[in-house]
Amino acid sequence: MDNKWVAFISGLLFGVGLLISGMADPAKVIGFLDLKGLFNGSWDPSLILVMLGALLVYMPVFHCYIKPRLNAVPEHKATAICGSDYHLPVAEKPNRRLIIGAGLFGIGWGIAGICPGPALVNIGSLDISLALFIISMLTGIYMGQLSQRYLNSHA
Amino acid sequence: MDTSISLLSLIWALLGGMLIGFSAIGLMVFNGRIAGISGILSFAIFSNKKQASEANKGLAWQWYFLFGLMLVGVVYVQIAGPMGIAAFKFNQVPTFLLVMGGLLVGLGSNLGSGCTSGHGICGIGRLSLRSIIATGVFMLTGIIAAMLVH
Repeated sequence: MDNKWVAFISGLLFGVGLLISGMADPAKVIGFLDLKGLFNGSWDPSLILVMLGALLVYMPVFHCYIKPRLNAVPEHKATAICGSDYHLPVAEKPNRRLIIGAGLFGIGWGIAGICPGPALVNIGSLDISLALFIISMLTGIYMGQLSQRYLNSHA
Repeated sequence: MDTSISLLSLIWALLGGMLIGFSAIGLMVFNGRIAGISGILSFAIFSNKKQASEANKGLAWQWYFLFGLMLVGVVYVQIAGPMGIAAFKFNQVPTFLLVMGGLLVGLGSNLGSGCTSGHGICGIGRLSLRSIIATGVFMLTGIIAAMLVH
């Protein structure tokens, strides 16, 4: 069984990380993505360090600890500390759906300056514009699921 | 821009990023799960009955993660307000663009099977080719969109 309190603490850390890094501030995100700032000296490169900092922690632990366990012989199938299996995406080749999805996601992110994590961590502000964004984001997720169901049933 | 403020923002970004890294790898090491927010959110809200019952009776872990994430924001607003720290502004773009942005973020993360956290951190962290490509694509379209709209 998954340990729910691990998930809760992980959510807490993730939220604090988003807030202190500046990722939760749409003005900062837009200032980072808008490279016009490069020409007038107002560009703020700091957000690239959010990904770098996260990878600095994630990557070595994944490759030195998780990966050897995943590669262990099947009869000694490794499980995570709390006992559940490792849930990793099935290796799939990059396809059109991935590219189109990522492309649309980026356009939305660049327009609004908000992506899913920051949208949720900011929910405490009770901001009407943010609420509007979250409702349309959920609508978008639902549209994606409907389109997938449609494709599956007509495959 | 004041260089000292800029340096401070670099340090906060790196520290915040490392905290996100700890959060994401902790979820993998203890629970064997990927910290992809769009996937977690979409499961919590839209999982079908079969998936929901497989995720134990009662609340799935996804909701616990989201509660933690949202609790931080609630506490932050309670602390930041009285300290005179202004809340972030979400009305920087006209409403129709904000709605359009939300739709695209939701639809795109669903079709592309991930967002900045799932692909950009956990996926690249695993050196997944799909995630490296997805991250390159959404950074590129994000930059183009931000340059055109703002």
